[in-house]
Amino acid sequence: MKAAVIVFPGSNRERDAVAALEAASGTKPHLVWHRDTELPKVDLILVPGGFSYGDYLRSGAMAAHSPIMREVKARADQGVRVLGICNGFQIITEAGLLPGALMRNAKLKFICRTVHLRVENTDSPFTAKYRKGQIVRYPVAHGDGNYWTDAETVKRLDGEGQVAFRYVSDEGDAAPRWNRNDWNPNGSLDNIAGIFNAKRTVLGLMPHPEDAVSAFHGNTDGKPMFDGLVEALS
Amino acid sequence: MTTAQQPEVSLEMAREFGLSEGEYNNALEILGRQPTYTELGIISVMWSEHCSYKSSKKWLMTLPTTGPQVICGPGENAGVVDAGDGDAIIFKMESHNHPSYIEPFQGAATGVGGILRDVFTMGARPIANMNALRFGAPEHPKTRHLVSGVVAGIAHYGNCVGVPTIGGETNFHPAYNGNILVNAMTVGVAKADRIFYSAAAGVGNPVVYVGSKTGRDGIHGATMASAEFSEDSEEKRPTVQVGDPFTEKLLIEACLELMETDAIVAIQDMGAAGLTSSSVEMAGKGGLGIELVLDDVPMREEGMTPYEIMLSESQERMLIILKPGREEVAKAIFDKWELDFAVIGTLTDTGKLVIKMHGQTWCDMPIAPVSNASPLYDRPWEPTPAAAELEDAVRALPADKSLGDILEKIMSCPDQASKRWIWEQYDSLVNGDTRFMSGQADAGVVRLPGQSKGIAVTTDCTPRYCLADPVRGGAQAVAEAYRNLSAVGALPLAVTDNMNFGNPEKPRIMGQFVGAIQGMADACRALDFPVVSGNVSLYNETNGEAILPTPAIGAVGLLPDAMIAVGIAFRNEGDTILLVGEGTGHLGQSLYLREILGREDGPPPPVDLAVERRNGEFVRGLIAEGLVVSSHDIQDGGLLVTVAEMAMAGGVGANLSGLDGADAGTLFGEDQGRYVLAVRPEKAAAVQEKAKAAGVPVSVLGKTNGTALTGRGGEAITIARLKKANEAWLPGYMAAAE
Repeated sequence: MKAAVIVFPGSNRERDAVAALEAASGTKPHLVWHRDTELPKVDLILVPGGFSYGDYLRSGAMAAHSPIMREVKARADQGVRVLGICNGFQIITEAGLLPGALMRNAKLKFICRTVHLRVENTDSPFTAKYRKGQIVRYPVAHGDGNYWTDAETVKRLDGEGQVAFRYVSDEGDAAPRWNRNDWNPNGSLDNIAGIFNAKRTVLGLMPHPEDAVSAFHGNTDGKPMFDGLVEALS
Repeated sequence: MTTAQQPEVSLEMAREFGLSEGEYNNALEILGRQPTYTELGIISVMWSEHCSYKSSKKWLMTLPTTGPQVICGPGENAGVVDAGDGDAIIFKMESHNHPSYIEPFQGAATGVGGILRDVFTMGARPIANMNALRFGAPEHPKTRHLVSGVVAGIAHYGNCVGVPTIGGETNFHPAYNGNILVNAMTVGVAKADRIFYSAAAGVGNPVVYVGSKTGRDGIHGATMASAEFSEDSEEKRPTVQVGDPFTEKLLIEACLELMETDAIVAIQDMGAAGLTSSSVEMAGKGGLGIELVLDDVPMREEGMTPYEIMLSESQERMLIILKPGREEVAKAIFDKWELDFAVIGTLTDTGKLVIKMHGQTWCDMPIAPVSNASPLYDRPWEPTPAAAELEDAVRALPADKSLGDILEKIMSCPDQASKRWIWEQYDSLVNGDTRFMSGQADAGVVRLPGQSKGIAVTTDCTPRYCLADPVRGGAQAVAEAYRNLSAVGALPLAVTDNMNFGNPEKPRIMGQFVGAIQGMADACRALDFPVVSGNVSLYNETNGEAILPTPAIGAVGLLPDAMIAVGIAFRNEGDTILLVGEGTGHLGQSLYLREILGREDGPPPPVDLAVERRNGEFVRGLIAEGLVVSSHDIQDGGLLVTVAEMAMAGGVGANLSGLDGADAGTLFGEDQGRYVLAVRPEKAAAVQEKAKAAGVPVSVLGKTNGTALTGRGGEAITIARLKKANEAWLPGYMAAAE
């Protein structure tokens, strides 16, 4: 599998992403600078976490308009897999690859902790290595992870299998409203942690599978995502 | 634009700038004339306490600063130690106390920014941040607002720059009501043969300004940090700088990229007193002169005067001396990162600082005489009287309280309660190199990028000990840092100190400073644990009320492999729990005494440095051999609190049969030099044999078991109950209606 990791000014989890991709695929991904206008031929584009352009406007809003994102969108339209993590999720959502928006966390604070997620759909190269309904632990580290969209869209996302991950309790409960449960770290609508596009070729999620891929991390729950991508795209 | 007139300089003005009459007369003598307004501003910051260390230097010189592991000791932007294999660790801790009280969010944020720059200036990629915070009493009307703002400010800056914040400490005490302490520490890694220093060299070499533009923020911040507060301190808000972590992130990447070329002669960040300090220090260290043309300084505001430009403390700026002809190489890098780049002057052989703007000369003064004449004081000091020992009766457990109630009370008191509410706001995982962060081990542990080698980091100080006995308190802070590094298995390398005290012009306060330094020096010497960098923050007083003496110690240790590091959590059922070291049941200045008996008296626990060293070496040896499952040093709250923390962290309880009939001194005494370890039962005998051979007292406390603390003859205290008590206080406090 050949991968590209997009680097914006203010990206800060590109090293984590590169390490996870390299460990899974044995190949160093290309680092692509935001001002570049061309992408190498790759099977996967990863948009990493961080604070692109400082996120002084809406998170991801500036980066979504940078030159390289036109190329990322064109590739996504051709079916190249795109994975947006954290700020990357915000960026590809702002760029229109995914519906909805990421707002300030409901408690208005940055939050870094390990959360439990339920894998909702395994019919994608991102999630094929998990079992449907499996509970996994990924860390989150964000201030703007509160997913929101209109009622019609959320119904469609749910009905068409576009919800990839939901925040749940350690026992797998997903209650309808965040404020009754502190396992939803940011107040996301319907406990949504990650979503696919309609073709399930694009995944955006707030939690960080790339920081849970080794014994060193004390958590390998993120590894199947990268292994699954390598298996599907090699 | 019209050129602003320079106001006439007078003694009265010099006083407003913080100079004494003697200092002002000295300036007249050196220059042989009246200084210009710009010169007076420059001299006043160079001679401020913050920049000159005039009250503290005499005593700082007595700290041990050398050792085979030291590559660069105090005097540079940060300290540098050898981590083997050609790696160097660069680190420092620095205070941003005064600004954080006035404007907590920006004050704390720019504190993080400043310490990061001190470290990457020397060529290091920052790999970990820590912070040591002291706030006033929880019931003080300002405390909640200050906690909220400081934590959000640290999070705002540290999270954005992508450096994990892996630990720290937080205390509450009424003595900090009017002067909180925000001490931030950064640890970075560089190649030992690629370290960058600040001494300028090469007459004619270009002086380059990079980073953010200069504005009117923070003018005279260093002078503010050198004075006591009074009721009108809030009016000083404009002297607090505003931070931009996004620019800092770009500056880190751009500087590290430039450092991979051979273009740099010297580099220094613009911290306190901005362009003044950086230009004077760089030229001064190189024995050269420097001529600046301020028209070329990138400016954010119009009509700035030379005085304002020289004294601005705008953030995210660096001064670089380039090799001749390397300007284009450097400029291309800063262009790529969209940062300002300007050649603003040249090095000269005159030994003078010359400042030009609008075709006029605003400053023309010799650097060395002004720097060398910066005053040094041997301030009068009084030793702190020794506290009376406690009566023996204090060791008996109170008859009217159950042990569960006592433990619950201690676990939920503000100093001991979980600080999860704070550290969950910090990104502790970015870079994917974090092994242990807050709450998991006695020290934060990260691995070096691309390597298995680990670095452990801790910050420590027990201010209540320092107030009661500054010498013992100073030694204890160093010993605790040594112990926290040893408890995770790391070899202690070196120390950075952040000396926070009241007004040094008062002999009682100066005596606290002198005592703490003496204790620290003794401990650093005995433990081969030299001080390689540091910072002094004096005048932490409001309306004459001083803070507790707080010599905060930051320290780093080395792990040959980060994976061998051991955390505090009990991991298995049936592990043998061992006590390493011996106690006498010392309750003076303990949390038990304060929280349960409502007393804050007695001497703090004595520190036997030979025992600290022996026990630390023993524990590190066991961890290196893979014999230890869980490890925690005994500190605030004593033995039972230590075991309770290990149980809560792992969700595994303990049967403490070894504590049958124990009194309050045994359970809650804060004797030093001790650790609690959990080892697999089949290894316990071997560990005890090794202890005997090493002459280390080791006793069996019991075994890990169930979901409660049981077996010391009394009630079972469940982990769930302790966790609730420990976790509830801070979020509850912060959520309470304002």
